[in-house]
Amino acid sequence: MNILWLQASGCGGCTMSLLCAEAPGLFDLLAGAGLEILWHPALSLESGAEVTDLLEALATGARPLDILCVEGAVARGPAGTGRFQMLSGTGASLMDWVRRLAPRARHVVAVGSCAAFGGVTSAGGNPSDAAGLQMEGTHPGGILPPAFRAQGGLPVVNVAGCPVHPGWVVETLLALAEGALGPEGLDSVARPRFYADHLVHHGCPKNEFYEYKASAMELSQIGCMMEHLGCIGTQAAGDCNIRPWNGEGSCTRAGYPCIGCTEPEFEEPRHPFTRTPKVGGIPVGLPSDMPKAWFMALASLSKAATPERVARNAVSDRVRMPPAPRGRRR
Amino acid sequence: MARSQTGQGGARRVLGPFNRVEGDLEVRLTVEDGHVRRAEVNAPLFRGFEPMLEGRAPEDALTLVPRICGICSVSQSMAAARAIAAAAGQGPTPQGALVAALIHAVENAADHLFHFNLFFMADFARPAYADRAWARAVEARFLPQRGEAVRAAVAARAQLMHVLGMLAGRWPHTLAVQPGGVTRAPGLRERLRILAELTAFRRHLESALFGAPPEAFVALETVPDLLAWEGGDAGLFLRIAADLDLAHLGPGGGRYLSFGGYALADRTIFAPGLWEGGVPAPVDPGAITEDLSHAWMRGATAHPFAGMTLPDPEMAAPGYSWCKAPRLAGRPVEVGALARQVIDGHPLARDLARDGGVLARVAGRLLELARLIGVMEDLARAITPEAAFMTPVTPPEDGTGAGLVEAARGSLGHWLRIERGHIAGYQIIAPTTWNFSPRDACGVPGPLEAALEGIALADADGTDTGTPLAVQHVVRSFDPCMVCTVH
Repeated sequence: MNILWLQASGCGGCTMSLLCAEAPGLFDLLAGAGLEILWHPALSLESGAEVTDLLEALATGARPLDILCVEGAVARGPAGTGRFQMLSGTGASLMDWVRRLAPRARHVVAVGSCAAFGGVTSAGGNPSDAAGLQMEGTHPGGILPPAFRAQGGLPVVNVAGCPVHPGWVVETLLALAEGALGPEGLDSVARPRFYADHLVHHGCPKNEFYEYKASAMELSQIGCMMEHLGCIGTQAAGDCNIRPWNGEGSCTRAGYPCIGCTEPEFEEPRHPFTRTPKVGGIPVGLPSDMPKAWFMALASLSKAATPERVARNAVSDRVRMPPAPRGRRR
Repeated sequence: MARSQTGQGGARRVLGPFNRVEGDLEVRLTVEDGHVRRAEVNAPLFRGFEPMLEGRAPEDALTLVPRICGICSVSQSMAAARAIAAAAGQGPTPQGALVAALIHAVENAADHLFHFNLFFMADFARPAYADRAWARAVEARFLPQRGEAVRAAVAARAQLMHVLGMLAGRWPHTLAVQPGGVTRAPGLRERLRILAELTAFRRHLESALFGAPPEAFVALETVPDLLAWEGGDAGLFLRIAADLDLAHLGPGGGRYLSFGGYALADRTIFAPGLWEGGVPAPVDPGAITEDLSHAWMRGATAHPFAGMTLPDPEMAAPGYSWCKAPRLAGRPVEVGALARQVIDGHPLARDLARDGGVLARVAGRLLELARLIGVMEDLARAITPEAAFMTPVTPPEDGTGAGLVEAARGSLGHWLRIERGHIAGYQIIAPTTWNFSPRDACGVPGPLEAALEGIALADADGTDTGTPLAVQHVVRSFDPCMVCTVH
C-alpha cells in the first residue's frame, strides 16, 4: 500500500513523535508491512513540480492512493477560502487539496488531535477557522461531511493525541495494511480502540496516591494530581502509562498532569490546564463512569485511612518516607 | 509546481511545495539572465497563536506554546517559562535551571542531527550531481528513508530522546519545564541512565558523523583546517562543499544575533551578543521591532511588548507573507548555530563568518553539535539528586516579562503582558521569523531573501528543473522551521 502524507495547519510534532518509533524503527516497520511512502514533507526527496505532478495524478485518480494521512487541522479562513494555508507553488489551499484527495483514497487517517478534531490550532477564538477532517471539536463534520466514507468504507480514522504516540500511528497503518481495522475497531469518535479503550490512569505510577486521594499541592510533588492540578487521566483515552513514551516516560510520570490531549476540545478546558476546577471544594470532573456519591464516600474513607508514608510523600518532590517491609516495621 | 510568468523587470517564478523545511515555504523569484535578481519569501501558514493566548491564565502558555512547533517544542516551553518568571520576578532553582538546560540541549542536539541527516544532505543525491565523485557515497548514506546515515540518525535520535522520556515525560510537547524549574526531580538512577544514553549518542557522533571524537572537530580553528577534515559524514559534506564551492553560495549579511544559549543560575553556556562587521557588541532587546509593511498583517511597526497580530484577510499587496519582519535597531540579523558560535567566540565559527554562506551555516551547526555532547554530559554529571529542582512561581496580577532563549535554529523571544491575572498581550519572534523575514518599510530584504540574490538557476549539470538546487541548498542551510515562523 502507498501513503501520501500532508501537513496541514499544525506543528509537525506528530511526525517528529512518529520518528521516535523504536525496535524496530519507523522505516523498517513500514517496509515490513509493505507500506511505501509516496511523499511526506519531511521524509522525501522531491520538491516543487515533482510533488505537484504527483498530487495532481492522485487527485485525478490517474494514480491510485491507498492511505491519505493528514497531520494538522485544516484552515478554512479567511472567509471560507482556506487561504490561511496555501500549498505553496500550487495556488490552491490545503483545504482544497484535502477535499480533492480524500474521496480518492482507500483510507483517510487524521494524524493527531488537530487533524482529528481541530485541536490546538482551533483554540481560543480559532483565528484561522480551523477544523478537523471529519469533526469539529465534538461535533460531527469537519472539512469533510459526517457521511464521508473513504473508498475502503471507513470514516476518517482519528489517531488523536497531541502529539500522537508513535505506536498509535504505526499500528493503525499496519492494521489498515492488513485489512484488520473495521468500523468495530473504532470508538465513538473514530479513534482506534486498541489504544482508545484504555485510560491514561491505567498503569499510572501515582495509583497508590490516587487510591488514598493523597494529592500533590504543587507541580513537582509526587502525589496524585487529580484533586488540585488538573489531571484528567481517569477520563482521558490513551495507553500512555501502559506503554510509555520515549523509553520510560509519560506526562504523569514526569510530574505534570494529563490534560486529555486525545480528547476532542481538550484545548479548551474552560479552566487553567494545571488547576482543577472545584465546586464547594469538590473537584468537578470525577472519573467518567463512577457514581458521584460512591466516589465521595470512598474518597473520604480512603483519605481518612491514608498511611503517613503516602501522605508525606504526596507533597514531596521524591520519596521521603520509604515503605517499611513487613516484619521490619518500627 | 514552478509557475512561471514574464512581467516587467524579469520573469517571475514561484517555487513550492518546499519540503524538509518543517512546514511549507514559497519562494517567488524574479529572474534575469538565468540568475535570481530578487527573491520574496512567503511563509504560507497562519494559525494565530498570539491572539489564541489572549485572555487565558498566564500559565496556560506553558501548555499551548510548545504546540507552535513539533521540532522546537521545548524551546517554546523555555521561552514561555522565562517570560512568566521574568514577569513574576522569580526564576528557577539552580538545579531546576540546570535540568531545564539539559532538556533543552537534548532537543537542540537532536534537531541539529536531523537537519544534517534528514533535511539537508538529501539534495546532493539528486540526478543533477550523478557524475560527481561523491554521488554514490551520498546516495548510499543520505537517500531519504533508505540511506544508512538517515537510518542511523533516526535510531540515534530515538534513543537520545530517552533522556527526555525520563526528564520531560515525552517529546515533543512537555509540561515539565516550568518558570520555577522542572516538575520531575531526577535521582541517582536517572542521572546514571542519562549519562548512559549520552554515551550512546557520543558513540553515534564518533562513528557516523565525525569519524573521530567530537572534541577533535571542536579543536578546528580555520576554514582550511575544516576543509581538510576527512572523517565521517562531516568529511563527506566537506568534500562536497569544496567541490561545489558552498562557502560562497548564499552569503549572509555578517550581522549575527544570539540571546545566549542555556541559562544556568550564574551564566549562559553560550554567550549572548551581537556580532556586526567582525565586532562584538551587547544586545539591546529594547531595540527589537516588528515591521508589518510587507506582511499580511495590520498595524504599525512596534516593539513586541506593544505589538499585535491582526491578519489581513484581504492578503493585500504589498504584503506577500504572513511573516512579520523583525528588525534589531532597524536592521535584519541572521540567527542560528553559526551566529551562536560566532558570538561565543569559537575561532572556526569566526573564520567561517567571513563568507557566511552555506558551508558556514552547516559547518556552524556541526561544530555546535560537536560541542553539545560535552555540554550535555557536563550538565548530566552536575545533577545533584538531593537538590530542589523546582520552586513555586506565581505569575503576577499585572506585569510584563520577556523570555529570550536560543532554539536550535536561533534566537527565540516571547514577550508577555499580564493584566488582571490574564494574558493581555503575547508576542513571539521565532528564529525563522528573523531569517526568513520579508522586506521592511525601507525595502530591505530579510536574510534569506538577500542570500538568494544572484544565484544561478541552472543546476550543476546545466538543467533547469524549475526548482534550482542552489536555491534549495541556501534555503535549507538556514535550517528553517516554517511552522514557527508565523506561529
